[in-house]
Amino acid sequence: MNKIPSALNLGIRRGRLEIRQFARQRESVVFTLLFPVILLAIFGSVFKDTIAPGVTFSQYFVAGMIASGLVNTGFQALAITIPMERDVGGLKRLRGTPMPASSYFIGKAILIAVTMIIQIALLFGFGLLFFGVEMPTELSKWITFTWLVLLGSACSTALGIAFSIVPKSGRGASAVVSPIVIILQFFSGVFFVFTQLPTWMQQLAAIFPLKWLTQGMRSVFLPDSFAAQEVAKSWETGRTFLILIFWLVIGIFFSVRKFKWDRD
Amino acid sequence: MNVIEVKGLKKSYGQVHAVRGVDLSIPAGEIFALLGPNGAGKTTTVEILEGFRSRDAGQISILGFDPQTLGHAARQWRDRIGIVLQSAADAGDLTVVETVEHFRGYYSKPRNTDEVIAAVGLEGKTGALIRNLSGGQRRRLDVALGIIGSPELLFLDEPTTGFDPEARRAFWALIEQLRGDGTTILLTTHYLDEAEALADRVAVINNGLIVEVSTPAELGGRATSKALVSWRDGSQVKSEESDNPTSVVTRLTTQFGGEIPELSVTRPSLEDIYLKMIGGVHEQDS
Repeated sequence: MNKIPSALNLGIRRGRLEIRQFARQRESVVFTLLFPVILLAIFGSVFKDTIAPGVTFSQYFVAGMIASGLVNTGFQALAITIPMERDVGGLKRLRGTPMPASSYFIGKAILIAVTMIIQIALLFGFGLLFFGVEMPTELSKWITFTWLVLLGSACSTALGIAFSIVPKSGRGASAVVSPIVIILQFFSGVFFVFTQLPTWMQQLAAIFPLKWLTQGMRSVFLPDSFAAQEVAKSWETGRTFLILIFWLVIGIFFSVRKFKWDRD
Repeated sequence: MNVIEVKGLKKSYGQVHAVRGVDLSIPAGEIFALLGPNGAGKTTTVEILEGFRSRDAGQISILGFDPQTLGHAARQWRDRIGIVLQSAADAGDLTVVETVEHFRGYYSKPRNTDEVIAAVGLEGKTGALIRNLSGGQRRRLDVALGIIGSPELLFLDEPTTGFDPEARRAFWALIEQLRGDGTTILLTTHYLDEAEALADRVAVINNGLIVEVSTPAELGGRATSKALVSWRDGSQVKSEESDNPTSVVTRLTTQFGGEIPELSVTRPSLEDIYLKMIGGVHEQDS
């Protein structure tokens, strides 16, 4: 008798299927992938100043856009689309098959990771060509960048799946999720220089991962001299790593324990 | 050992007692139909058996396992079961063949993709996007996904809703084919002709209780119930209930000296019996 395929094997198959489904929704492909570029174009044209010697606002903004792209593409997209899948009975059907929940989650993680890589490539391309964004040259910065993207993407995926239990219906999901993300972006220093925000806002933002992702990305894209202007007068790379791990664990815990396959 | 064995199943939602003590025994290879009006406890019962809902009381064995305490055996158990739910409208951006092929990958001993697509009559639609399928075609895809894993036990919830008569006949033929393979099938349906055509036995559930379990021919004393003979006498339509309709016809033949105008001899249909059963036990409206 043949064996049931492994959870990882099925997860990869699901990832391929998720990507194929995503790629066929043309409008959402274009919007998802180009949204950070559009924002960079708008903010880069409005704010032409330098915010520190040798640091343009565009340079500062690229760091914020990659970080918030991770939140938009992962957390926001999943917390909205999973309740929609649940509404039309797709999740209940999956639950009735031998495919384990972990394969479904792995499939989502693959979709988000691939989407993020394309989004970042586009942002780099447009940033280099039109907005004078400079790429880091040291290897250590690229190492930081790589684990930030991977860990951030995993964290965002896990929290998006976990949060999908909150909206009652797919129709209302966007109204619940989008304001949270937008407020978090303002509080976390994506659109404004973080240290210029009121202290209470900074402290509130410091609870959530977006602030740390954004700060981590600044450590990659801004000169090390800028670290002195951060709240802690340093990039706090170690703390960023730990906080992202903490949120990843929280996300996985609630995804595994509380995931809802059915409307009622 | 029976494929499905249920004893004293109970489930309440707050003050509503949806299932109040259901017993079922379904042997391997049987097609068993569960009939009942909306709100009778049909869906709750089936969803508990499918492992989608918990129960308040009772014992359940499905293929030798209790769906509530599967633990690590869950995947092995689901590998042997197929479920066709009432409605699913997901994956609109995939084609028929992509979807069936993907689900095929979930199982240890799946059927052939092309054969399953042909069996549900979608061979002309393999490359069509699911969102472009008609309601009936979509339903047939649901069935394809339910049987792709060659299940030992298949749950079919209102499988032919939205089918035209021809598609229903084709679907019945498919079920007969699955019967030939030895698949045990638990069917819930609103269509009594469907239950009559397919089921070896039927159970009528009402107010959370099984009213009767029987073959479709014998349900509610149908086999032994009186026949109704009716005919036209002048301007009047006359009728007579009888245990011996042949003798009534013989008498009438003599009376009319040959052909009896508008003669018909009918026994109660399964639908007549069913309506009488669920009407007769409606103590409370849910």
